[in-house]
This record gives sequence, C-alpha cells and structure tokens, in this order.
Amino acid sequence: MIFTDLVFYFFAGMLVLAGLGVISSRNPVHSALFLVLSFFSCSALWLLLQAEFLAIVLVLVYVGAVMVLFLFVVMMLDINLTQMRQGFVRYLPIGALIALVMVAQMVWVVGPAGPDVFSGEQLAQAVQLPADHSNTRELGKVLYTDYVFPFEVASVILLVAIVAAIALTMRRREMTKYQTPGKQVQVRKADRLRIMKMDAEGGE
Amino acid sequence: MIGLSSYLTLGAILFSISIAGIFLNRKNVVVLLMCIELMLLSANINFVAFSHYLNDISGQVFVFFILTVAAAEAAIGLAILVTLFRNRRTIDVEQLDAMKG
Amino acid sequence: MESIYLAIPLASLFGSIIAGFLGGIIGRKGAHTVTIVGVGTSFVLSLYVLYQHVFAGVEAYNGTVYTWMVSEGIRFEVGFLVDNLTVMMMAVVTGVSLAVHVYTIGYMADDEHNWPKDSLAGKNSYQRFFSYISLFTFSMLMLVMSNNFMQLFFGWEAVGLVSYLLIGFWSVRPTAIYANLKAFLVNRVGDFGFILGIAAVVLYTGSLDYVEVFGKAEAVAQQTMSIFPGSEWSVMTVICILLFIGAMGKSAQVPLHVWLPDSMEGPTPISALIHAATMVTAGIFMVARMSPLYEFSETALSVVLIIGAITAFAMGLIGIVQNDIKRVVAYSTLSQLGYMTVALGVSAYSAAVFHLMTHAFFKALLFLAAGSVIIAMHHEQDMRKMGGLKKYMPITYWTSLVGSLALIGFPGMSGFFSKDAIIEAVHHSTIAGHQFAYIMVLSGVFVTAFYSFRMFFLVFHTEERMDEHTRSHLHETPWVVTGPLIALAIPSFLIGGFTIGPMLFGDFFNGAIVVHEGHDGLARVGEHFHGAWSFIEHGFAGPALYLAALGVFAAWYIYIKEPSIAEATRKRFSVIYNILDRKYGFDEFNEWAFGGGSRGLGKRLWQIGDVVLIDGLVVNGSAKLVGWFSSVVRHLQTGLLYHYAFAMIIGVLMLLTLFVII
Repeated sequence: MIFTDLVFYFFAGMLVLAGLGVISSRNPVHSALFLVLSFFSCSALWLLLQAEFLAIVLVLVYVGAVMVLFLFVVMMLDINLTQMRQGFVRYLPIGALIALVMVAQMVWVVGPAGPDVFSGEQLAQAVQLPADHSNTRELGKVLYTDYVFPFEVASVILLVAIVAAIALTMRRREMTKYQTPGKQVQVRKADRLRIMKMDAEGGE
Repeated sequence: MIGLSSYLTLGAILFSISIAGIFLNRKNVVVLLMCIELMLLSANINFVAFSHYLNDISGQVFVFFILTVAAAEAAIGLAILVTLFRNRRTIDVEQLDAMKG
Repeated sequence: MESIYLAIPLASLFGSIIAGFLGGIIGRKGAHTVTIVGVGTSFVLSLYVLYQHVFAGVEAYNGTVYTWMVSEGIRFEVGFLVDNLTVMMMAVVTGVSLAVHVYTIGYMADDEHNWPKDSLAGKNSYQRFFSYISLFTFSMLMLVMSNNFMQLFFGWEAVGLVSYLLIGFWSVRPTAIYANLKAFLVNRVGDFGFILGIAAVVLYTGSLDYVEVFGKAEAVAQQTMSIFPGSEWSVMTVICILLFIGAMGKSAQVPLHVWLPDSMEGPTPISALIHAATMVTAGIFMVARMSPLYEFSETALSVVLIIGAITAFAMGLIGIVQNDIKRVVAYSTLSQLGYMTVALGVSAYSAAVFHLMTHAFFKALLFLAAGSVIIAMHHEQDMRKMGGLKKYMPITYWTSLVGSLALIGFPGMSGFFSKDAIIEAVHHSTIAGHQFAYIMVLSGVFVTAFYSFRMFFLVFHTEERMDEHTRSHLHETPWVVTGPLIALAIPSFLIGGFTIGPMLFGDFFNGAIVVHEGHDGLARVGEHFHGAWSFIEHGFAGPALYLAALGVFAAWYIYIKEPSIAEATRKRFSVIYNILDRKYGFDEFNEWAFGGGSRGLGKRLWQIGDVVLIDGLVVNGSAKLVGWFSSVVRHLQTGLLYHYAFAMIIGVLMLLTLFVII
C-alpha cells in the first residue's frame, strides 16, 4: 500500500509540474515537450488504475501521433520568440485567482473532505483483479458488442477529420503534371486520331 | 490512503491549470491548443478512476472514444492554425481581432 | 294569396333593378316605364289586398317567407304580417309613390342642366332617380309588411340609405352632400337607440317575431333591470324609450329633427315621397305597431307625448319665419309629425295612424304643388320673389288651396277629421303631461293656419315680385305634373269623412292595435261620435276651428291688407325672430359640440396619441432603444480569442458555484 501511494504521489506531482510547465514555458517547443511528459506520467497513473490498454494507447496515439503533429507544426511556424511572455505577469493574479477558486470548489465537492459519496468506505477499496485478467480482452468484449455503434461513429469522425485537415491545408501546385483517369476513359477516337488521305510516296 | 477522491482531486487540479493556461497566454495559439489537450486529459483521468473504483468497464470505453475525438480535434485545430499562419504570418492572439464588433 | 304579398314589394324592386343597372341601355323612357309599371303593379295589388282584408273579411296573414338563420333559438326570418294596419300603410305608400313617379317624369325632364359637363354622376341621372324611388318603395313595403324586428330594421336602414342617396342626388352640390351626411348621421343616432331596444327585446323575450314578443309582453312588463347600480328601471319602459329613440331619429322629433329641413336639398319629388308621406312616418308606424308593448309603460307614453308636443308647437313657430317655400312645408311636416307623436303618447294609436294617412296625401300634395311652382319659376324657391301666381297656374292654385285647407283642418277636409280627433283624444286623456300637450296642440293649430296661409298668400296672391324674364315664361306645368296633384287632392278632400268612423271608432284596427282600459281617451271621444257629419258639427263647438280661422285671418291681414306690419313686427321682436331664424340653435349646437368635439378629439388623438405615443415612443423609441443597447453590447465583441475564452471560463465558474452552493 505504501509503495503504491508513493508511486501515485510521485507521478501525480510530475503530472502537475509538467502541466505548469506547459503554460509557463517561454518557448512553445518546451511547452510541447512538457505536454509529452505530462502524458507519460498520466499513462503511469493509469497503469496504477489497472487500465493497461488505455495507458499504452495514450502513449502510442497521443504522444506518438498527436504530440508529434504538434511538434511538427510548432517547429514549422516561424515564431518570433522575443515577443512571447508579454502580458503573462500582468494577468497572472487574475488567472491564478480563477484557477484557485475553481480548484477549491471542485476539491470541496470531490475531495476527501467532501460528501461521503466519493470517499466512502465501499469505494476506498477497489476490487482486486487476478493477475491474468486481461484489460484488453474486457475492453474488446464490450467495444464490439454493446458499443459498436459509437465505434463506427468514431471512425467516421476520424474520416471527417482527415478530410477536413486536407481540405484546409492542401495547396495545389500549378505546375505538377498528373493524370485524371476519369477523363482518360472518356476519350473518343476523334480526339486522338485523325486520318488523312495522302498520296502514296512515289517509290520508283 | 489513495482513494477515488485523490484521483478526482488530481483531475480538478489539472483542469484548473489548463483553464489558467487558456486565460494567461496571449501570445501563442499553439499553447492554447495544448491547454485544451490537458483539459481532455484531466477528464480522462476522472473517467478511468471511476471505472476502476466502480468496477465498470464503460468508463474506459468512454476514454477510448474521447481519445479518438481528441486526436481528430487536434488535427483539425492544427490545420486551422496552419492556414491562419499562412494568411496572417503570425500566431499572436492579440493581433487576431478582425472580428471586432 | 301569399304570392300576391310577395309580389307587392318584389314588383317595385324589379323595376328598380332594371332601371338601375340597365338605365343606360333602356334610356329615359324605358326607365320610367319599367319603374312605373313596377310600382303601379304594387299599387294595384295593394288595393286588391286592401279590398280583401277590409271588405272581404280575409283574416290577417302572418307567415314566414324565408328563414335566414337560427342562432341559439332566435330565428332570423323574412316574413309578412298583413293585417289592416299593414294594408292601410301599403296602400298609402304605393299610392303616393305612384303619384310621385308620374310627377317625376315632368320634374326631372331637364335634369341634365343640373350637372356640369361630362360629370359621371350626371350621366343617366334620370334613370338613376327612378331606380332610387322604386328602391325606396320596396324598402318601405318591406318595413311595413314585416312580421319581425329584424326585417323591420332592414327596411328601416334601407329607407335611410335611399334617403341618403336621394338627398344627395345632385352630388355636385356641397350643400346636398352636407345635408345627406347630416341626415344619415342623425338617423344613425336614432338607430343606435333602436338597436339597443331590439337587443333588449331579444334579451327579455328571446325572440324577434312580433307575435311571440307581444305574447310575452305582460310577463316582461313585470320585470325590472338596473342600468346604473342602485336604480331599478322597468324593462318595458326602457325598451319602449329605446325604440322611441329610433322613431325620433326617423320621424324627426326634437332633438333629432335637424336633418329634415336640410333634406330639402333633394329634388322635390322625394321631399314629397320620403320626407312627408312615407319614410318619416315609419317611426309613427313602428310605435303604433308596438302598441302592445307601449301600453304597458305609462312612463314611455308620457315621454312620447311630451316630445311630440314640443315638436308640434316649436317647429310650427319656425315655419312662420322661413322664406324658402320648401322649408315652410318641411317645418310643417315636422309639426304634423309632432301631432302624430302626441296622438301615440295618449294611446290614440289609431288616430295617429289615421292622421298619418291623411297627412300623407295632403302633405305630398303640398310638396308637389310647391314643386310645380318651382318648375314654373325656373327653380326659384324664395317666396319673396314670387306672388300673384294664381292667374298663371290655376290647377296648381286650386290643388294647393285644397291641400292647405286640409292641413289647417277646415271642416269636412280629411285633415280636419284627423287633427280634431287627436286634439279631442288629448283632451280626454289622463296620462301625465296631457294638459301641456293639449295647450301645445291647440296653439299649434293657430300657428299651422298662420304659416300655411302666409305661404299661400305670398305665393299665389299679393303683388308679383319676380323679374320680368321669369314672368314672361310663367305657365301651368305639364299634365304629368298637374295630374298627380289632382290625384292627390281628391283623397285630401274626401278620405277623412269616409274612413274616420271605421278606423278610429270601429274595429278596423282590432288585433293590430292594442289599447288598455285606463288609457283609452279615444274611446271616450268615440262615445260622443255619431258619424262624420256630427263630428263636423261637434267641431264648431270646440276651440280648434276658431283658432284656425284666427290664424287665416291673421295671415290675410298681415300679408294682404297691411304688408308693412310684417316688417315692423320683425324689427320689434327681433330677439324672438332671431331665435326662430336660428332654429333654436340646434344646428349651431350640434356643429359646435359634436362636429367641433369630434374634430378636437381627433386632433388630440393625432397629436398626442399618434405622434407622441405611437410614432415617438413606440416606433422611433424602440428603434432608438435597440440602437442604444447594441452600442453598449458591441463592446463585448473584442475579436480576441482569450476574451471569449475568459467569458466562457467565468460562466463555467458561476455554474460551478451555483451547483456547489445550492
């Protein structure tokens, strides 16, 4: 118990610190890297919660794809670093105040001092699962039966995202040559072939 | 004792950090998007914690979908950002006030 | 028989429609022929029906022709109630109408001179006139033949409408338009009371049909209603007074009399038909028809009596100072209507209706004679420019004499019988106010004689005051004009003596008119009645005859013997003359109070209500409000993303607080 508590505190602290780093870094590349760190620590926390599949997926998909995308974009944009961070200090009090108020309210409800719903005895101890319990199998059992419709919808969302991203950012280059199979198939003989009558070359 | 409330507290803290981040950064639209990802992350932590302590797998299923949507949204958000940058040559939020009433 | 009843109004309507819509095609001759045929048919059939009901003893007919609708048990029908009262009215209406139709051929012969060139209304005005007077005949017939309040009201309104159309017939004259509007509006005031009365009838009896209403009259008379909280009014009194207000408007009693003199703006034939013989008598007819109701309310009868008495005397006085020949006859009509109303007030309904009949004849005669004079004088109407016409227009002269004698009540003439019957009935009555009424009607006899013979002498005797050009063209009018005069003079002479017995003291009106025991002054007169000749002798014993003679003598003395007296009297009594000349100030008061009041109200409503409130406050104000509001709100749109995000965050925070605290 104690060990898991320590592990929890370690990773939770790292998560919070990484979050703070995201918002307070001068360099957006640093912010992105801090975000990666926060994802990693979150993944560790999820392992503690015995959600192994999600932990791995978080790393693979989120860090591996989304954050890499972020980094691509950040590094592609030519950002003038010296102009950053202006105004940060000026608005810090208000921002901190709002954040603190919000935290206070939420913690008051869900935290240890809150109503018994969240910290009651029956919830304190989670069900201990056997060592060979496969989180992935459990997820798969539910995902393709009860939740198959949201699953399909999620795939459509991804398709839409692809199409939208391409539609927004693709620039055609005027000069490139490319084929249009549709037009190729519609060609008629008259467009390509012209028969001329010519006198035969006289050959002695 | 680490119980459900600890995880929920953690989620709350993370959420408010990202709120502060949205409000505080005036210079960088990318950081704004990153804060949104943090927000989604805090919600995910809540879901997984509940799934574990209530012994219900649907919390994790939901996280699955949130992840999907978050990825899609990040992609599109960045595409918009890129287009913005191409047109305005800046990602300074304070200079993006063409919709001023 | 039913088809005959139906044919009587429809024949006139048919003539009217043909002349009205096809007037341009069938021309003048066609128009007057078809309308005279229509009205003539109505007349002949009315005489036949009269014969059947009076002499052949046919029962009174009460039947429905068409049911328009039934709503919550109230039936709205078109139906006929043909009893002796109805047939008498029908004969009078169609008879006078026929005479007027023939007369109009002569009167409107050169009507195109009255219109400016290429005036649209002036085109086919001749045919239009004939169409209107036939339409009037139809409306009046529907009114008198009706067996329920709705049809009565339809006829009432229809005659009002046709009166409006005809008074303003020469619509290019502003005075005519002023007059027809005045007539319609004053009539409307009366109609307002009338409609309230009909509504009260329906409310308390649940029916519009005469027979049903009369059947329930006794029960209704016991009830009271409270109009103002705290004061209880007898229902029957309220109903009768309201219905009488309608009669006041239509039959021109004070104070709703102001339209009749102005209605002289219309052509003389319609003054004869509508404003002497028939339309104005609709009110009298209505009260007589409603006698079962009025008998239950002595208060209402007193009201009727007092108003009639005031009208009879006061209007006669105005007639003395008028210079327009038609106006004299108009005020005479007003005064005689007052006599009829007085008769109604003392429950002598049959006397009122009898006077209505005789008056129709001799007043129409007087109007048509005046019209004949006007034609001869090339449409000059001022009596001060006439004089000595006796030798130029003998037929007109003699028929006018007959009419005037009938009017003043010369013994033996029809007017004598009817007027004396009324005066006697008032004398013998017991109802409140009868002494006042008696004084008024007696004084009225003197006044009537005076102004009638003033007019007679000024027009036909005295020296000739017209200009040379007119005098050289003076001649008797054509037979289409003088024929009706003679046709009307005969009943003016004779009809009184023949019909007084059965009508007043016999059972002519049994079933149609109801008089209760205590009110029946006329019955007491009837106790002394021994036939027409003895009535004439009886007349020599009463004061009325001598007053009339005094009036004629005074007129002769002042206008023929010593003409300077007239002028001297006017100067001496200039105050009285002024009051009479201004018609007691009624017109001025109406102009100031109602005309000015309405204009003032309209102006206030326009300036304050419209401009300030609606335009300023609501229309412009709301626009300005929106403008101001948006100028404030627009500052929220900074265009900066983090401001919007901040707003969202604050919103979330507040929601959170809300859910945490509450």
